[in-house]
Amino acid sequence: MTVVDSGLAHLSDGLFTTAIATYALAMASYTAEYAFGRRGRVAVTSAVEEPARVLVGASGPVADHDDGFGRPGGYMTPGGQKREPEPAGQRSSANRFGRFAVALTGLGALIHTASLAIRGIAVDRVPWGNMYEFSALVGLIAVLAFLGALARAPQIRYLGVFVMLPVILVMFLAGTVLYAKAEPLVPALQSYWLAIHVSAAASAEGILMTSAVITMLFLIRQRYDVQSKEPGRRIKFPVSLGARLPAPATLDKVAYRTVAFAFPIYTFGVIAGAIWAEAAWGRYWGWDPKETWAFIAWVVYAAYLHARATAGWKGRAAAWINLLGFGAMTFNFFVVNIVISGLHSYAGLN
Amino acid sequence: MRTALVLLFLLALAAVPGSLLPQRPLNPTKTDNYLATHGSWGRFLDHLGMFDVFGSAWFAAIYLLLFVSLVGCLVPRIRVHARAMMAKPLRAPKNLDRLPESGRFESGDSPSAYADAARGVLGRRWRVMRREEPGGVITLSAEKGYSRETGNLIFHIGLLTALILIAVGRLYSYQGSVIVQQGQGFCNTVTSYDSWRPGRLAAEGKIGPAPFCMDSLNRFSADYLDDGAPSKFAADITYSLGLDGAPRHHVLTVNHPLRLEGDRLYLIGHGFAPQITVHMPDGSVRRDQASFIPSDPTTLLSEGAFAEQSKPDANQDIGIEGFFAPTPRVTASGVITSAAPRVSDPVLGIFVYQGTVNPNGQPQSVYSLNKAKLHRIGTGNLAIGQTLRMANGVTVRFDGWVPWVSMQVSHDPTQGYLLIAAVAMVAGLIGSLGIRRRRLWLRLTPGAVLAEAPGPTAGAPPAGVIDFDSPTVVSVGGLARSDSGNFTTEFAALLERLRDAATVVEPGLLGAGAGKE
Repeated sequence: MTVVDSGLAHLSDGLFTTAIATYALAMASYTAEYAFGRRGRVAVTSAVEEPARVLVGASGPVADHDDGFGRPGGYMTPGGQKREPEPAGQRSSANRFGRFAVALTGLGALIHTASLAIRGIAVDRVPWGNMYEFSALVGLIAVLAFLGALARAPQIRYLGVFVMLPVILVMFLAGTVLYAKAEPLVPALQSYWLAIHVSAAASAEGILMTSAVITMLFLIRQRYDVQSKEPGRRIKFPVSLGARLPAPATLDKVAYRTVAFAFPIYTFGVIAGAIWAEAAWGRYWGWDPKETWAFIAWVVYAAYLHARATAGWKGRAAAWINLLGFGAMTFNFFVVNIVISGLHSYAGLN
Repeated sequence: MRTALVLLFLLALAAVPGSLLPQRPLNPTKTDNYLATHGSWGRFLDHLGMFDVFGSAWFAAIYLLLFVSLVGCLVPRIRVHARAMMAKPLRAPKNLDRLPESGRFESGDSPSAYADAARGVLGRRWRVMRREEPGGVITLSAEKGYSRETGNLIFHIGLLTALILIAVGRLYSYQGSVIVQQGQGFCNTVTSYDSWRPGRLAAEGKIGPAPFCMDSLNRFSADYLDDGAPSKFAADITYSLGLDGAPRHHVLTVNHPLRLEGDRLYLIGHGFAPQITVHMPDGSVRRDQASFIPSDPTTLLSEGAFAEQSKPDANQDIGIEGFFAPTPRVTASGVITSAAPRVSDPVLGIFVYQGTVNPNGQPQSVYSLNKAKLHRIGTGNLAIGQTLRMANGVTVRFDGWVPWVSMQVSHDPTQGYLLIAAVAMVAGLIGSLGIRRRRLWLRLTPGAVLAEAPGPTAGAPPAGVIDFDSPTVVSVGGLARSDSGNFTTEFAALLERLRDAATVVEPGLLGAGAGKE
């Protein structure tokens, strides 16, 4: 019989809280960078206005100005007016906040990883056996995905606030509502498929969460573009956020790429689940509520991939389908686990 | 694609009620309860097939339409793709500068020499076609990422195959489940199952290629943690293959079915079968044990019944309904319930009835009594060894208990092939979403001078004179035919490599029209 090491479990809980606090500081710092920096306001236009020669295309996402592309002086706005560069002091303080935020994010991710690893050691199993642990893992993967994206495209740093916000939300829910104390697994979960099926599902969900965030930014930016063309219109929050966001085409492409990356992982996760179900319940598919909603989310994301290649569905319509898919996945996680009873009742909330 | 999109939405939408309403194949009791409490609304939903969504005609209609649309889409695409695989890369457009990605540089090589160098840079992943244009101009058309569409087709063919295999599997599969008390066994025959769900074409009498018998459940053990959470279930069984097979020994656990030829034996659940001794009104003594069904899955508080028949029409049958609390606890209202699934000083709470247990001679549930012709003669809570005595001399003694397990036998001839189709789907998907489809063109113009502004004639040789000694102008244009990857950076890197392959032109010679040495 497995015994839980309560000292380690306690340590893991402490680290989890520390990770949330670190992320919160990082988010504050990202917000400061976003608020003080003038990025984006110009970046918006760069993808469209800049001649193709400059190697900042549609997908060097939010690239603008001084990130090594060596364009000195003012920048072109859509109207073609020159914009004066902002005072150097402001720019560098924004930059400092940004660097600090990334450092904090990295530190938070380390603490977060340690929290999960120590919990795994404390209970002597993979640390994703209930909703608390699963949410913690999804949050970690979203942060790692963002850090990975940052390594390849440092210009997106100022968007960190939009990634940290949902991560902190998910982790807060995990630490409060979904919290379950460290325990060994019930017999139904004692299978190596737990490591495969659940980690695939968590990875896909973490990445798809990032895609949903980017899609929301896309919709905001698009609405901003429409409203800013109406003379005399006061643009209210959250549409006003659009002023500093990358070009819609860029956001749309990044959202698509994240889904294109996560969809095969998600498909694999569902198939791994079916293989496990065959070993555990005697059938590979039985329309258990969890299976049904996994199917619904899969079909909706498949529809998104098709919509992006269908005339008349590109852009806004596809973006809404992406959000619908994320909605189905979130429903599958929260509502199906907690409210609807089925074979996947491992929430650990009773 | 639009049709597929609409059908995908319909499919997703149609699946929703299947998760929100109770489904008859999954949970008939819950469905009946829902129907009973929702009156005409429930009957209306039932009429629509809402309680068996995944077996309903309209759900089948949607996926059959999707299936047809998929075939209708795939056949022409396979043909187009086969042709594309054979086809040569397209001719270079007139003006490469107008492509989404473009660049130009000079090379000291002759067009033909640089064309060879560029081929080397592109390597084997690009399919390259060399063409000549008037005026000594050479164009290279290059294309790569053909397997993206191959992956796409593999995914969709895998999906089609999977759908067919699932349908065939449903026809030939069967599932049987049976409750086995410790010390008992069963054989793989239709009649020995408590519940039997065959596919339409599953063999009726003889099932499975090799009939087998689970001769005996020797011992079932359930381990629990201190807080009552289960940690291990194991069923020690003896089974034999065929009618005269030698008995074999096996320990069956959750997540690890016994895989026999064509059949799988699963440990699904477990419960308790209390044992009692009854002194009947006619003076005879009956010993009995009956499987009680857990009414609470976490504490395993279980309910069940005993029916002890005496001489017909003598009104001397004894019926007992009761509950079994493995770890009993008295609630505030004085009722006994169970605190944990582990057995520790269990209590059997019983209501004893006398009369006729089977008034209409029909088969009835073994877990409850038909009390139409029964009247209660006593009630009590018994610990092991205790006896309840009724006024008319009837006694009921709680002797002990044995565990029972519910076992399931599953048979599905297609699932191995289905796994192959699923692997093909994932592989196809990775190719279809990950491979980058790119087109690239190079136009190598001899004798043009770079200093000239790129105008409408850019890329074309200056009219009339061609100076073969001046550097070759290489203009490159690229087009991403899929959104995956970052083509801008890819193109920049490629342009860099193409530039590196060119012979450097001496700056002093630039624009002078002088030949290279």
